[in-house]
Amino acid sequence: MKIYRIHALICAGAQCIAAGGNGFEDALKDELKKHELLEEVNIIETGCMGSCQLGPLMVVYPEGVIYTKLKPEDAKEIVEEHFLKGRDVKRLMWKEKETVLPSLSEIPFFAKQTKVVLRNCGIINPEDINEYIAQGGYEALGKTITEMTREDVIQVIKDSGLRGRGGAGFPTGKKWQLAYEQDSPIKYIVCNADEGDPGAYMNRSVLEGDPHSVLEGMAIAGYAIGAQKGFIYVRAEYPLAVKRLEIAIKQAKQIGVLGKNILGTNFSFDIELRIGAGAFVCGEETALINSIEGKRGEPRKKPPFPVQKGVFGFPTVINNVETLANIPVIIEKGVKFFRSFGTEKSPGTKVFALAGKVNITGLVEVPLGTPLRTIIYDIGGGIQEGHSFKAAQTGGPSGGVIPSQYIDVPMDYESLASLGAIMGSGGLIVMDETSCMVDVAKFFLKFTVDESCGKCTPCREGTRQMLNILERITSGKGRMEDLELLEKLGNTIKLTSLCGLGQTAPNPVLTTLRYFRDEYIAHIKDKKCPSNVCKLSSEVKNERKVFNRSSS
Amino acid sequence: MDKIKSIEDLRKLREQAKAFLRTRQGEVKVKIYISMGTVGIAAGSRDVLLVILDELQKRNFTDVQIIERGSMGLDVEEPVVGVDRDGVVVYYGHVTPEMARQIVASHVINGQIISDWVIAKE
Repeated sequence: MKIYRIHALICAGAQCIAAGGNGFEDALKDELKKHELLEEVNIIETGCMGSCQLGPLMVVYPEGVIYTKLKPEDAKEIVEEHFLKGRDVKRLMWKEKETVLPSLSEIPFFAKQTKVVLRNCGIINPEDINEYIAQGGYEALGKTITEMTREDVIQVIKDSGLRGRGGAGFPTGKKWQLAYEQDSPIKYIVCNADEGDPGAYMNRSVLEGDPHSVLEGMAIAGYAIGAQKGFIYVRAEYPLAVKRLEIAIKQAKQIGVLGKNILGTNFSFDIELRIGAGAFVCGEETALINSIEGKRGEPRKKPPFPVQKGVFGFPTVINNVETLANIPVIIEKGVKFFRSFGTEKSPGTKVFALAGKVNITGLVEVPLGTPLRTIIYDIGGGIQEGHSFKAAQTGGPSGGVIPSQYIDVPMDYESLASLGAIMGSGGLIVMDETSCMVDVAKFFLKFTVDESCGKCTPCREGTRQMLNILERITSGKGRMEDLELLEKLGNTIKLTSLCGLGQTAPNPVLTTLRYFRDEYIAHIKDKKCPSNVCKLSSEVKNERKVFNRSSS
Repeated sequence: MDKIKSIEDLRKLREQAKAFLRTRQGEVKVKIYISMGTVGIAAGSRDVLLVILDELQKRNFTDVQIIERGSMGLDVEEPVVGVDRDGVVVYYGHVTPEMARQIVASHVINGQIISDWVIAKE
């Protein structure tokens, strides 16, 4: 293989590309060509490195220097100074409190994270299987199919305590065991990559930055339950993830870690992509199954559960992207390693998409049970512009808000549930005192109203009625009875909806009512929005303040 | 790409691939420092750098990082090349492209310091 003096890793996650990453890369290549450096400098497009607000990013090795917010016109200076003469371009380097910090390990944003799922994201070239293999990739699959029985594999995953990272937190080993016990000649593994929560992109980043870890996790799952075929259900809005998955599957088949007789054994496993049209409900497992089968993406009644009757009526294990990316690590490094992170009941790490009014937005991976304060202040650098923390929304539209008095809550499944919020797939939107909680509830409810598939009445009609009430309140026509009505409706929808979408849709309203009731009352009685967001407030209109910034 | 047919093949491929990623990981046997101040460049350190790369490639030696540095101040000795191996950094002065090839062969790869050309140790 060729020796390069410099490896320049350019973040090519969707955020950085949207922020102009490609323009910089093209300019950089031109400059390298001009200076005849193409033979010395290896340019690698990686997946998301995490700190999206500062993109487009580039990390230059061997020094490990990080350049941020790169524009095409910066390419000349970097090439002429850094690549030719070895002088870092200070003005473009990552700055921490006005001091220029040179390497990844010295930046709190990175130093305080624990990367298990994102272990390779931003470090390897996701379009080159060799780089994944260099990092120990497919070693776990090799070990599984040559040294372990199917029962062994399931036992290891059970012992690890891994719980589904899609949100509900069901024990992964138990799910595999149930599918293993089904007597059927055909079984399937499905990777749920239909990520639709507003503000969340954990799964997309794994698929874009380290697609092979998901393929490897699926193949191991396939071996364990006795499946020979897997589907990745990914939404069409993720074109880069789709492209990288296609490349990864092709390369894996070429070298023989997917396909027939993997590594010379009797085990064969193949993976097919299924592109979803981007409906939130298709992330729900039974709706997802319908969609894979070519039917309308509407949920089915459970039971039978997918492990009994899934895709085309055969036993099917559906795991989330992040869950699957954990599998190779557990097999290769062992249960003890995995359990060294997180809590007794929630072992391992969790990836959060940190958005909203924190200083550094981006992807963050921390041990489960890490206090919310650590994520917001130590990693996220605190609240923007000296404002104060008001609340955090976890779990997207299925979740709820955590008010400031609970900022020390450990981020694990049980603690969040006890506050009425959920872990969800990992969306984490931070709000300060300029956010109106009624408006926040309305935003999420509007989303679920739009995304309801319409199959069951509570979800189709009930959420619409709740939204009407919220609109009434924010336009100054609310009545005090509306609050009880919202609670009654919300609780009924939770109990009677067919699938998870409806069962969780009222959560943002119910939790904001629980913790910020006085704000609702201010809207109704004083006809005032305390945060100056809603229409009735006054001259100042700060429309959708929370969410504008989070998408940057 | 060839098909790998056993776990041994996979491990072989891994070793090869690992060598390629060393530049990014810092765990290398040898680090080569090249002085790239204005004086160094004027004295020809860029040519020396290219020769070093070429020689390493020819000998397929990947356990190495090449690091550009500013001037050490010892302008009279430029081009200066430092080799960090076995816990000692040895600096060579007035390095020509021909000398650079020999430094790679003797010192970088085989650990034999060429004492005649050494100007300093650290």
